Amino acid sequence: MERNNTIPLPQAKSPTGADTVKGFLRFVLQELKPKGKILTPFNVISGIIIAVGLVIIVIRFAFGLASVTNLSQDYPWGIWIGFDVVTGVAFAGGAYTLCFVVHILNFKKYEPILKATVLNGFLAYCFYAGALLLDLGRPWNVINPIIGNAFGYSSVLFLVAWHFLLYTVCQFVEVFPAIAEWLYWPKIRKYAKLCTTGAVIFGITLSTLHQSGLGALFLMASNKIHPLWYSTNIPILFFVSSVFAGLSMVIAESTISHRVFKDQIDPHHHASFDDILIGLAKGALGALFAYLFLKVIDFVHGHQWTMLNTPMGYWYLVEIIGGIMIPIVLFTVAILKHNRKLVQATAVITAIGVILNRLNISVIGFKWYSAARYYPSWMEIWVTAAVICMEIWAFRWIVSRMPILREHPEFPEEETAHPKEAEVVQWKASAM
Amino acid sequence: MTITRRGFLKFAGLTGGALLAGTRGPAKAATAATGTKSDVEFYGMLIDSTKCIGCRSCEEACNAKNGLPPPKESFSNEKVLDEKRDTTPDAFTVLNKYPNEKEPDKPIFVRKECMHCNQPACATACLVKALEKTPEGPVIYHKDRCMGCRYCMLSCPFDAPKYQYNSPNPYVKKCLFCHDRIVKGEQPACSEACPEGATLFGKRRDLLEIARERIYKEPGKYHPHIYGEHEAGGTEWMFIGSAPPEKLGLRDNVGTSSYPEKTSGFLYAVPHIFILWPTFLFGLSYLTSQKNDKESEHGEE
Repeated sequence: MERNNTIPLPQAKSPTGADTVKGFLRFVLQELKPKGKILTPFNVISGIIIAVGLVIIVIRFAFGLASVTNLSQDYPWGIWIGFDVVTGVAFAGGAYTLCFVVHILNFKKYEPILKATVLNGFLAYCFYAGALLLDLGRPWNVINPIIGNAFGYSSVLFLVAWHFLLYTVCQFVEVFPAIAEWLYWPKIRKYAKLCTTGAVIFGITLSTLHQSGLGALFLMASNKIHPLWYSTNIPILFFVSSVFAGLSMVIAESTISHRVFKDQIDPHHHASFDDILIGLAKGALGALFAYLFLKVIDFVHGHQWTMLNTPMGYWYLVEIIGGIMIPIVLFTVAILKHNRKLVQATAVITAIGVILNRLNISVIGFKWYSAARYYPSWMEIWVTAAVICMEIWAFRWIVSRMPILREHPEFPEEETAHPKEAEVVQWKASAM
Repeated sequence: MTITRRGFLKFAGLTGGALLAGTRGPAKAATAATGTKSDVEFYGMLIDSTKCIGCRSCEEACNAKNGLPPPKESFSNEKVLDEKRDTTPDAFTVLNKYPNEKEPDKPIFVRKECMHCNQPACATACLVKALEKTPEGPVIYHKDRCMGCRYCMLSCPFDAPKYQYNSPNPYVKKCLFCHDRIVKGEQPACSEACPEGATLFGKRRDLLEIARERIYKEPGKYHPHIYGEHEAGGTEWMFIGSAPPEKLGLRDNVGTSSYPEKTSGFLYAVPHIFILWPTFLFGLSYLTSQKNDKESEHGEE
C-alpha cells in the first residue's frame, strides 16, 4: 500500500500565516471577502429577503412583538417557535443520527457526508435556535438560566435551554478539526480530533434528551392541543421522528450540495453517493416504521376513532397517510429498485410531513376550538425566510473555504476503515 | 423548613446543572407549605357567585391597588358586562355576566383571574423562577428575572398569564393575589372592596369548610361542586354558585391532576438517560471498532 496515512509534520512556516494573532486576523479578514460572482439570481433574491428581514427585526425590537407578529394572549407561541425552533431542531437531528452511525456503529461509508451534516446541524442550532431570541420578550435576560441567578430546574425548558447550549458546543468541537485545517493549525487539530468521540457521545445523549424535551414542552398544554395530537408519549414521538426528519433533511441537503458545490467534492465521494443515499433511506424507513407503530398505539389507546370523522380528523389522516405511510411505501420501492431520484423525492415528502406534524402540535392543533385563530403575519414568515437565507449564506461561506465536503490535501483521514475499497476508489478516480 | 429544602434543591441544581434537571422544585415547595410542620398555610379566596351583584368594585379596587391604566369605560358602566371579557395586561380581574336558568331575571356574575394553583404549571414551566409559588399561596412574579419566553402562558391550564405584546420591554401580567398585602397581614384589595362578601378571603382550609357548609345547608340554591377544590390539583381561588361550573365560564377541561406532574415523568427519566446512554454508546463504539480491527487483520492475512 503506497498511501501515506501519517499526518504530515508541521511546516516551519504555516502557509496561511494564522499561527500568530496578527497573521490570524489578516487571514480571516482576507477570507471574509466573497468568492465568485456576486450578482447571481440567488444572491440578489436572498439578499433582498435578508435586508427586509433585518428591517422587520429592528421594528420588532423597537415597538414590541405585536408590531410584527400575530401573537395573541391565546397564542403565545407562533411560527417563530413552532417552525424555526421546533421544526428546525428536528431537521438538525441528522447530525446526531449520522454521528451515531459513523462514530459509534463505525459505518465509515457515511463519512464523506458527515462533516457537512454536522456543520449544518451546528448552523441550524446557531440560527434557528438563535431565532428564538427574536421571539423572547426580554432576550437580554436569556443568560439568566445559564448564569443561574435563579435556576428553574423543574422546567422542561430549562433542560432544553441547557442542552441547546451544550449541544451547540459539542457540534462546534466536532466541526473544529475542519476549522483547524483551514487555519493550518496541525497541533490544535490533533488535540481537537481526540475530543471527537467524547463530544459525539455527549452530543448524542444531549440530542436524545432535548429532541424529546421539545415534545415534553407541550405536555402541560394538555387541554389546549387537539386530542389526536396530544399524547403523554409526545417526548418519544418527537425523538423518533427527529431521526427520520434529520435523515430526510440530510438526503435533501446533500442532493443540493452535490449540485452547487460540484467542484468541492472528492471523486471518491461521487462514486459512493448513490450507496450513501440508499443507506440513509433505509435508516429513515426503519424510523418511520417505528414511528407509525407508536402513532397507532397512541391512537388506539386514546379511543379516538370518532374524532377521525371531523375536519381535524381528516387533517390528522393527511399527516399520517401523506407524511408517514406514503413515505414508507415510496422509500421501500426506492430501496428495492435502487432508485436514487425516488429516494430524494421521498425525503422531501417526509420532510413536509415532519413540518406538518410539528406545526399541528404547536400552532394548527393548538387551541383548535378558539374563535380567534392564529395565522402568522407576512412579517413572521419573511423573517423565517431571512433566517433560512442567512444560514445558507453561512453554510456556503464555510463550505467554499474550509475542507467540509472535500478533504484537506495535507490532512488525510488517518483511519481508513476499508483500505481495499479505498484503493478501488482511488483507482477509479485516477482512471477518470 | 421550606427554605432549607429550597436551599438544597438550589444546591442540587447548581452542582448538577442540567444533569439533575429532574428534580421537582415547586411541587415539593408546595407540599412543604401545606405540610403539618410548616407554620404558614395557604390562603385562598372563595367566590360565591350567588352573592355577587355585579358592581365591579373588585375590578376598581384591583385597578387602583396595582396602579393599572384607567379603563375606557368607567367601572360604573354596566354595559361592558354584555360582552364576555378576558383578563388583559391592564385588567387582572374581570367580571362576566351569565344567564340564570333558575331565575332568568337575575343574571349570575362570575369573576375571572389567576387561580393560584396549589402546584402551579406556570411556576414549574418558568426556567428562571420569575414566577414563584409563595408559602402563603399567591403565585408571584419577579419581573427582573423574566426573559419573556411565554412558556408560562402555554402551560397555564387557565390561560391566566397575559403578555404586554405592545411593549419593547414587556412583562407577564396577572393577578398576584396582593401578596404584599397578605404578608403584612392585610387582605387583598378586591375582597376588601366587595360589599356583599361574594369574594371571601381566608385560610384555604377554612374557606373549604365554609363552602361545604353553604352547599349542605342550602342544597337547592347551590350546585354541589366547589370549583378549585380539586381542579388542576387544587387551586387557592375557589368558586361556588347556583349553576354547574361550565355554565359560569369556568373551564371543565383542566382535569384534577396537578400540572407539574405531567412533565415530572419525563424529567425523572433525564438522569437515567444521562447515565445509561453514554455507557451504552461507549460500549457500542468499543465493540464495533474491535470488530473492524479483526476484519482488517483477517483481510491482511
